[in-house]
Amino acid sequence: MAYSEKLIEHFNHPKNVGTLDKSKNTVGTGLVGAPECGDVMRLQIEVDEESGMIKDAKFKTFGCGSAIASSSLATEWLKGKSIDEALTIDNMAIVEELALPPVKIHCSVLAEDAIKSAIADYKSKNA
Amino acid sequence: MGSQKLIYLDNNSTTPCDPRAVEAMLPFFYQTPGNAASRNHPFGWQAEEAVDYAREQIGNLLAVDSKEIIFTSGATEADNLGIKGVFEMYSRKGNHIITLKTEHKAVLDACKKVEKMGGEVTYLDVKRDGLVDLAALEAAITDKTVLISIMWANNETGVIQPMKEIGELCEKHGVLFMSDATQVVGKIKTHPKELGIHLMAFTAHKMYGPKGVGALFVNRKNPRVKVTSQIDGGGHERGMRSGTLNVPGIVGFGKAAEIAMQEMDADAARLSVLRDKLENAFKDTLEEVYVNGNVEHRMPHVTNISFKHVEGEGLMMTFNQTIAVSSGSACTSASLEPSYVLIALGLGDDLAHSSLRFSLGKFTTEEEIDQTIAMISKGVNHMRDLSPIWEMFKEGVDLDAVEWSEH
Repeated sequence: MAYSEKLIEHFNHPKNVGTLDKSKNTVGTGLVGAPECGDVMRLQIEVDEESGMIKDAKFKTFGCGSAIASSSLATEWLKGKSIDEALTIDNMAIVEELALPPVKIHCSVLAEDAIKSAIADYKSKNA
Repeated sequence: MGSQKLIYLDNNSTTPCDPRAVEAMLPFFYQTPGNAASRNHPFGWQAEEAVDYAREQIGNLLAVDSKEIIFTSGATEADNLGIKGVFEMYSRKGNHIITLKTEHKAVLDACKKVEKMGGEVTYLDVKRDGLVDLAALEAAITDKTVLISIMWANNETGVIQPMKEIGELCEKHGVLFMSDATQVVGKIKTHPKELGIHLMAFTAHKMYGPKGVGALFVNRKNPRVKVTSQIDGGGHERGMRSGTLNVPGIVGFGKAAEIAMQEMDADAARLSVLRDKLENAFKDTLEEVYVNGNVEHRMPHVTNISFKHVEGEGLMMTFNQTIAVSSGSACTSASLEPSYVLIALGLGDDLAHSSLRFSLGKFTTEEEIDQTIAMISKGVNHMRDLSPIWEMFKEGVDLDAVEWSEH
């Protein structure tokens, strides 16, 4: 399968790989997917308490090239956004940016799910 | 991509054509253009002579009479001819066929067609090491069984089935025995008559011959086996397969068979050393590496390895600009399902997604294997650094106890 240059760049040099301290109240963690399905994404955000903006985002992903690139891109887009802005990130924007082929659209859906799950975790900690 | 030489470790998909086979084929494209079925002029005679010679070269490799070789377009067609051809020819005797869940799609899909045509097919499970359960095979035989079709060696794992024992079972119950021998002919000794095999499908392009030509061995005596033709028009190949013969392809096929006869033992010995070096390097330097399938009854040039907690397609992307292998991961298949062969071995989906198949060939060098070990080990470590389940595994989390959000 021929992938776009942007996708390959995110795959070869993924941004924001790592782990945030999930015990902190300012950190929200989303873990989506299943090993049996061939992809698991863990996406984390850290919110600045004063400004309410996402000041850091990290991911680790088990999956194909598209899944890794989608999560790398998602963390890039999350940084500097407010929670409400982050919730507007749509999977189709990821599809477009990375030129994902139709069979890989589920990777972008997984990334959107991971964002929503991380935000839900953050909100439940700070409710 | 740079000037780095590509490394081809996907020889179970197809092999490069041996330059000596290409050399033998060339005159038959232009200088000697005849149709082997033209009986009344020198062009036809020359073509027929070349085809007869190739048939003998292939017959010699299999230790069978050259008249028992029916040329086809490849192994898929040969599998179809064997299965559907026996089903139709022996319909008065019975309508039941037994095969394995781990067979190639050419066999499985031909069997599905037989079911649509009113036949009954038993698809047997294999044991965890990929071998057929002989007791289950015997138990599946009924008085309606006309054919048992079991591949000699599996394309994904290289696991070799107990052909002699299966042949004895077929003999005992008076059932025809067919084998898809695509992955073994020209690689190890394949003498069907010694093992009671009545029909055997194989192809040139897996044994350093050209693409587009294969054959079905059909036993002529004790018993005399016949198959109903699946392609009609002209009655070539003793009425079993019509169509103008692919003369250059057949000549190349014959030459490849002759070369195999001389060189396959030495190639097999050399490749098994390289294969073991590759496999052991991964097992010794990486954690959580699993070799899939029986390792004692296995083709010398194949290994199928799961690198746990790493997804196969992603892993391949770390090196596929340089190294060609294949994966059982869903993401590399059109169906988006992980390898049905590995699933049939009882591997979890997660291990199937994590598998790579390495198939070496006669042109593989030790230097290439060393480079492969280095690049793929680096790729596995890189992907594990990216993998949340690897991190959880290292932290001692019981991954089976995690409630995953399946999608």
